[in-house]
Amino acid sequence: MKTFCHCNNHYGLENSSIILFMQNIQRNCGYLPEDELKRLADNTGTPLMDIYSIATFYKSFKLEPQGEHTITVCTGTACHLRGSGEVFEEMAAVLGVGSGGGTSEDGKYTLEKVNCLGACALAPLIVIDGHYHGNVTPGKAREMIEEHYK
Amino acid sequence: MFEKHLMVCGATGCLASGSKDVTEVLEKELSDRGIRDKFRIVMAGCPGFCEVGPIIVVYPDEVFYCRLDPENIAEIVEQHFVNGEIVEKHLFKPPKSKEVKRFYDEIPFYSKQVFNVLRNSGRVNPESIDEYIMRGGYRALTRALDMKSEDIVEEVKTAGLRGRGGAGFPSGLKWKFTLQAPGTKKYIVCNADEGDPGAFMDRSILEGDPHAIIEGMLIAGLAIGSDEGYVYCRAEYPLAIQRLKMAIEQAEEYGLLGENILGSGYNYKLNIKEGAGAFVCGEETALLASIEGKRGVPRPRPPFPAQKGLWDYPTCINNVETFANVPLILRLGAEEYAKVGTENSKGTKVFALAGKVNNTGLVEVPMGITIKEIVYDVGGGIQKDRAFKAVQIGGPSGGCLPEDKLDLPVDYDSLTQAGAIMGSGGMIAMDEFTCMVDLARYFLSFTQNESCGKCTPCREGTKRMLEILERITEGEGKLEDLDTLRDLASSIKDSSLCGLGQTAPNPVLTTLRYFEHEYREHIEEKYCRSGICKELFEYAIDPESCNGCRACTKVCAVDAISGEKKEPHKIDVELCTKCGSCVDRCRQDAIKIIRVGSEADVQG
Repeated sequence: MKTFCHCNNHYGLENSSIILFMQNIQRNCGYLPEDELKRLADNTGTPLMDIYSIATFYKSFKLEPQGEHTITVCTGTACHLRGSGEVFEEMAAVLGVGSGGGTSEDGKYTLEKVNCLGACALAPLIVIDGHYHGNVTPGKAREMIEEHYK
Repeated sequence: MFEKHLMVCGATGCLASGSKDVTEVLEKELSDRGIRDKFRIVMAGCPGFCEVGPIIVVYPDEVFYCRLDPENIAEIVEQHFVNGEIVEKHLFKPPKSKEVKRFYDEIPFYSKQVFNVLRNSGRVNPESIDEYIMRGGYRALTRALDMKSEDIVEEVKTAGLRGRGGAGFPSGLKWKFTLQAPGTKKYIVCNADEGDPGAFMDRSILEGDPHAIIEGMLIAGLAIGSDEGYVYCRAEYPLAIQRLKMAIEQAEEYGLLGENILGSGYNYKLNIKEGAGAFVCGEETALLASIEGKRGVPRPRPPFPAQKGLWDYPTCINNVETFANVPLILRLGAEEYAKVGTENSKGTKVFALAGKVNNTGLVEVPMGITIKEIVYDVGGGIQKDRAFKAVQIGGPSGGCLPEDKLDLPVDYDSLTQAGAIMGSGGMIAMDEFTCMVDLARYFLSFTQNESCGKCTPCREGTKRMLEILERITEGEGKLEDLDTLRDLASSIKDSSLCGLGQTAPNPVLTTLRYFEHEYREHIEEKYCRSGICKELFEYAIDPESCNGCRACTKVCAVDAISGEKKEPHKIDVELCTKCGSCVDRCRQDAIKIIRVGSEADVQG
């Protein structure tokens, strides 16, 4: 397996860079594989327990492989008021993931919530693979998935 | 020489509404006509009016095109850029008005705004340091380089600048403490971890005018004797991070960052740290822990960061907007700066105006303006002429203010007195279809979810409050719950470790203070008048108003609405999922919210 954790103490790695290295690993692997975290622990001389505690503290770190497509529903205040809850429920049903989001069994989709993307004027907002879609309704969101991502 | 300058809004809001496609078509249409080199196209920062994006502002003609679609571009290029005739139908037209508005100064949304912090946003190319310098940028730095540290601090103090991140602590005082703290190594940290849902001021400033932050931090560095700074930015803002990185590189190239800045002997290194998605990291001590590479949990204060901050060195932490104000103070002078605002709140404040107003977007207003002016004059009133119910200021740490507080001036002290806070600047307007109990539940579930779990009052207390609120919204509430909520709220406020916990009960407290009747209605009458809490209402069609247009039947996903064309329709409450799509679609306002089981009264 290709390793992405190129850090070791030759580079004078400080513990302050652990989050940065984890971000790099996730950028390359899509999530934080156990082997990579073990390597990071060895190379930085940090107990694996501490690495794990950081990985579980920050929301953006994933410990499981992610789906091929990521669908993010913004649940900021403006989106909530304009019905993002309904959109999320509909997406969970369409994508076949649990009511709290997650990855579908076939590994095709990951559905997640985000606190706020700061594009409140376009609420409710969903992001599909990095593309923003504003003013969505449950119906529009379903159409988008069925037309482009099924 | 360029004939025209086209400023296309390239901020996140307009990008989401398609400004990138618009730009591509614009490039192509101009190239096809062989006139591309006469036009300068800039992906500019946010001009604020997100509601009508994508936006193109044309200079020197002073024309503001909005709500553009790639299909409109050929017409604008042909008619305006080739034949010199403005395309009126793509200008801004206020609702219910026939008259089009050509430029900023005519558009009501901008009429009460004062552009200080946002002076460059949307008007320059944020990726060009030259344009920033041309607009007077880095002039404040050169002035600061000739001043003594104490004098810079004094200038900021005299200007009356208060922290724009929420609490409103006097920035000059904070700088003074850090300056006086013993030690040779000191840090400046810019808090760009804008986590409040419904707030996007800092993002827009970073995207639209990144050099203002760099200049502000450089001046702060001179004032407290620091040679290194960090910008801690939310990872959810990739464009802001990219623009800031670019700005840092350019400033280094120009000798405005790095060693021996402008030959003065002053050194300054600026680093960016990307957050990893934890709301609590907006709290200053948690933010410092996160920069150090640890779990972002807060620690007790004192010692304050000004004494013991990053790696235990004295550290001055300010918010993005605060730093963006600094160059202005140094350039104008404290007295001139302090002419805007009220006695104890100087300058302007940027708000992210969202929710159910007609004009959503980013607004910069002088301190002391009333909430009414923001909601009605700038925001253009409530959508669909519905009734105003409340405005939420300050996000999950703030509060909801009702109609009779509309005349309240927006300044730190008045807002705190009314139970809200200035907060970072999220302002969300709500209409009659917003349930205040549900809103309190929403904010509490947010803070509960984001609580780091270190201290018990915040971890357990907010959980208990949330459980009670969930019960009330599901129709299982008891009257004594209201007292329990108040008790819990006051203990959590008094005993939590950091600002997150101390302010978490605010949304519940203010809704209880101003909208207790809605709580009582949920508990005693099992009724949600706003049509949000699904167990506590039903929809019914008023046969008097329904004209049988069938619009609602087309949007109903579960086929719960039946009826012949031009005859009043009926909703089958057994099938209805209460998604509300029909209410939004009905032009006759015929779909009513009624108490559970009272269907017979309306549908006869």
